[in-house]
Amino acid sequence: MSITLERPETTEKDATPIAVRPGRVEIHDVWKSYAGVPVLRGVSLDIEPGEVVAILGPSGSGKSTLLRTINHLETIDRGSVTVDGEFIGYARRGDRLHELRESEVLKRRTSVGVVFQNFNLFPHLTALENITAAPLALRRATKAEAREQAQALLERVGLGDKGARYPRQLSGGQQQRVAIARALALDPQVLLFDEPTSALDPELVGEVLSVIRDLADSGRTLVIVTHEIGFAREVADRVVFLDEGELLEQGPPSEVLVNPRHPRTQEFLAKVLA
Amino acid sequence: MSVADDTTTRPADGGANAEQGATASTAPAANRNRDRVDLSAVKVVPTRHWFRWVFGAVVVFVVAQLIWTLFTNDKYDWGTFGQYFFSETVVNGLVLTLQLTVGATVIGFGLGILLAAGRLSKSWILSSASWAYIWFFRSVPLVVQLVVWYNLGYLFPQIGLGTPFTYDFWIVQVDTVTLISQMAAAFLGLGLHQAAYSAEIIRGGLLSVDSGQLEAAGALGLPRRVRFFRIVLPQAARSIIPNAANEVISLVKGASVVFVIALPELFYAVQVIYNRNSRVIPLLIVAVVWYTIVVTLLSIGQYYLERHYAKGSVRVLPPTPLQRARHWTRVQWARLGDGDPAAVPATTSTPDPTRSTDRRAR
Ligand SMILES: Nc1ncnc2c1ncn2[C@@H]1O[C@H](COP(=O)(O)OP(=O)(O)OP(=O)(O)O)[C@@H](O)[C@H]1O
Ligand SMILES: [Mg+2]
Repeated sequence: MSITLERPETTEKDATPIAVRPGRVEIHDVWKSYAGVPVLRGVSLDIEPGEVVAILGPSGSGKSTLLRTINHLETIDRGSVTVDGEFIGYARRGDRLHELRESEVLKRRTSVGVVFQNFNLFPHLTALENITAAPLALRRATKAEAREQAQALLERVGLGDKGARYPRQLSGGQQQRVAIARALALDPQVLLFDEPTSALDPELVGEVLSVIRDLADSGRTLVIVTHEIGFAREVADRVVFLDEGELLEQGPPSEVLVNPRHPRTQEFLAKVLA
Repeated sequence: MSVADDTTTRPADGGANAEQGATASTAPAANRNRDRVDLSAVKVVPTRHWFRWVFGAVVVFVVAQLIWTLFTNDKYDWGTFGQYFFSETVVNGLVLTLQLTVGATVIGFGLGILLAAGRLSKSWILSSASWAYIWFFRSVPLVVQLVVWYNLGYLFPQIGLGTPFTYDFWIVQVDTVTLISQMAAAFLGLGLHQAAYSAEIIRGGLLSVDSGQLEAAGALGLPRRVRFFRIVLPQAARSIIPNAANEVISLVKGASVVFVIALPELFYAVQVIYNRNSRVIPLLIVAVVWYTIVVTLLSIGQYYLERHYAKGSVRVLPPTPLQRARHWTRVQWARLGDGDPAAVPATTSTPDPTRSTDRRAR
């Protein structure tokens, strides 16, 4: 399953905005432990450009940790993670990996957007300012361009009239939709979602899921950690089951969710669907 | 964040539920309808708090007594007060006090931000250097520091650049006395001392910002400088400002320690005068009134600064005293004109007007 492709080091991409092209994520034999306790144990996973992958698993199984290794928010002890053949945290020279300087890591990180469980919107900035913050700080756009783009993104998530609101003046579902718009502002090739709806009241979950559904249809690479089995079945091309840091089972939702092979998966699904 | 979620969704919910509860059950509905009143249609009698009235009366009485003594006790010697309040010596002293306060605040908080960032840095060299600075400058009494800076020429008659570990300054050399004037010694002493305290206040504020904020900023690829100055610091400001204002206010009065290097700031100036004419009380009142004026202005500044950084932290900002007063006058005016006081729009309303009031506040 895990073939590491040899690719030449791509040179720095210039700042000109390119039409979104989905990215390929390759996770190869990743190990990670906290203070000697293993959290990820040899996880390998290849995600095709444009694929929508749902990661399922019991609490504490390492789902968030795995997701965070993809954009180097978490370092790994062994193995490799690449996005479009590039290491986010390292540069490869010959057979050595050199740790990159922070500014370099930050630049590469912009190809991966993240949506957090707790939204993590900047509370002192308005919805619109939240979205324009990154494009402006990274000089990707002029002020007017950034505002225009942000407004378009807000409209896309159904919040065209809420740009002037501060996050605390929005409902949870609206905040999460702003967070999604913010993640989209840099045109990332890959979008990561860490339980995007688990901090929401049940009646607000739908509006966020429908935004994610639209993104899935637009051909981006999405990696979604979720407890919404029904949603995973509907949008995911592939479902991955993680338990105690090991990738136990993966396949199309019609297989993994309907006829799970591994007893741990069966147990988990029985519990969640009960 | 999660706390905010709760509050964000509840109000709408609660309202809807209450409505449903009232209409859903049909049997007691008629009963309830009879009890239901429209608050705008009837007169509401507020609760009387007799204890507050008694307490208020006592306070008013005591204050009135004090004010009465101001007019009747001629030991206050208001004539002398008036004579010296705007005198050149006093005003020059005041200006010097303000200069020292501003200088020490700028040096103190500028350096304080760097020290706080240093203490939180991952590099152990930076964090221990910052720690050592704070340890040292909190240990040495300010008075000692001032005297040392002022007399630095005694320790090092010349300062310059040259061969390391020698006193051979062949590149540049200056006499310490010309480099460190009285004023420079005061700024250095007050500023460096203040930096140690400000650093801890700022660090406290930085720690109060949720780590998810840094993570989100990092995930967006925001450069370190932007993360610190645009994301973390403005949020930290909310808890920094009240303490910082305390520091600045104590600087205003604390600047009087520079008398040890014979700088005539406000308090020293007043002392010089009353040592000459022995009118101690009126001259102390001169100083006190000036200090009160300065502190009042600073407190007002603090109020608006806090308000500025509070934007986004509450759903709707409460009106400023000025806005409240304006609203009150409008209501009274409407009453006088026999109009309907209820027709005056409330000061707090939708979020958008708050934004505009906020802009005005800046
Ligand atoms: N910084 C840390 N230090 C020590 N242990 C950690 C740390 N972060 C995570 N862990 C541990 O690693 C394990 C995996 O954590 P992770 O957050 O990836 O789980 P998860 O699958 O996302 O769970 P959940 O569904 O509850 O979010 C857990 O046992 C957790 O306690
Ligand atoms: Mg998690």
